[in-house]
Amino acid sequence: MNSTPLNNTPLLVATMLALAAGTYAFRLAGPLLRSKVTFSPAVEKLMERVAVVLLTALVVTTALFEAREWAGFARPAGVLVGGVLAWRKAPFLVVVLGAATGAAVLRLLGVP
Amino acid sequence: MCSVWRILGRGALRDIVLVCLAVGVIGLSYGAIAVASGFPLWVPVLLGVLVVAASSEFLFIGIVAAGGSPIAALFAGLLINARHLPFGLAVPEVIGSGWRRYIGTHLMNDETVVFALAQQDLPRKRAAYWLCGLGILVCWPVGACLGGMAGALLDDTDALGLDAMFPAVILALILPALRDRKTRSAALAGSALALATTPLLPVGLPVLLALLGAAFAIERTREKEGTR
Repeated sequence: MNSTPLNNTPLLVATMLALAAGTYAFRLAGPLLRSKVTFSPAVEKLMERVAVVLLTALVVTTALFEAREWAGFARPAGVLVGGVLAWRKAPFLVVVLGAATGAAVLRLLGVP
Repeated sequence: MCSVWRILGRGALRDIVLVCLAVGVIGLSYGAIAVASGFPLWVPVLLGVLVVAASSEFLFIGIVAAGGSPIAALFAGLLINARHLPFGLAVPEVIGSGWRRYIGTHLMNDETVVFALAQQDLPRKRAAYWLCGLGILVCWPVGACLGGMAGALLDDTDALGLDAMFPAVILALILPALRDRKTRSAALAGSALALATTPLLPVGLPVLLALLGAAFAIERTREKEGTR
């Protein structure tokens, strides 16, 4: 039998460590850059906005897609339940459990 | 630690604990899936401790389990984690300086950043970021370990609707920031771009493309200010 990546342990470990190192480098780059260069308050405000834009895009894509495939109806419906609850200023616990319950109930009813 | 309790108050504290527990539960499914795909238990646990970025770890495990090259899995994981660079530009003062920066940097993820952004003042932002970060740093690998040991019993957490929890958590926390009109229009433009490209591009890239949506909004505001 061929050696699959799953039992090529040295390669697997090397790529795992590289993923960890690369991720840490991405995380460190922002704070390092900000400590070296001073930005105007307008640019600082903009960077906060950019983070919100990324997080919004993350919400929308993870709600509607599973990797590159359409995630079905139950998940986005559950997220929508959570979103409406949050918008109506429901407690955070209610928001999170509402989203999970919404999706779970729909799946129980056979909705994909 | 006592001061963290006092600064945050019971409400925020409860929210953070809840998110850490939810992350732990997702960790259960992550560990179970990894072990069921043929990985030894230490693989998801080690990734959980060293990477602490759920989606990139799921992707890494998934690509290798499907027979893909670990090198391809590495680049896919890095691509999806590239969004931490702009995150770091947004919250550097929350992380702190000196030795704190090097530890705090490792705690940066979607949840800690969004919790920090949602708090009003710097002490609260700091407390939320660090508490949530340390909680996730513990709950995520512990969840992966327990899930891996429990085996394939837990691989279908979708039935419990847990997959809807992560987007709902982030959404609830960014809603106040989205009340700002400029932020909202940039977020809408970015999200539309990300959604349109998700079926076409490698996983991780569409979210980065959302940055272009933000750039659009900057240009417009700059022009407006220039004409004043």
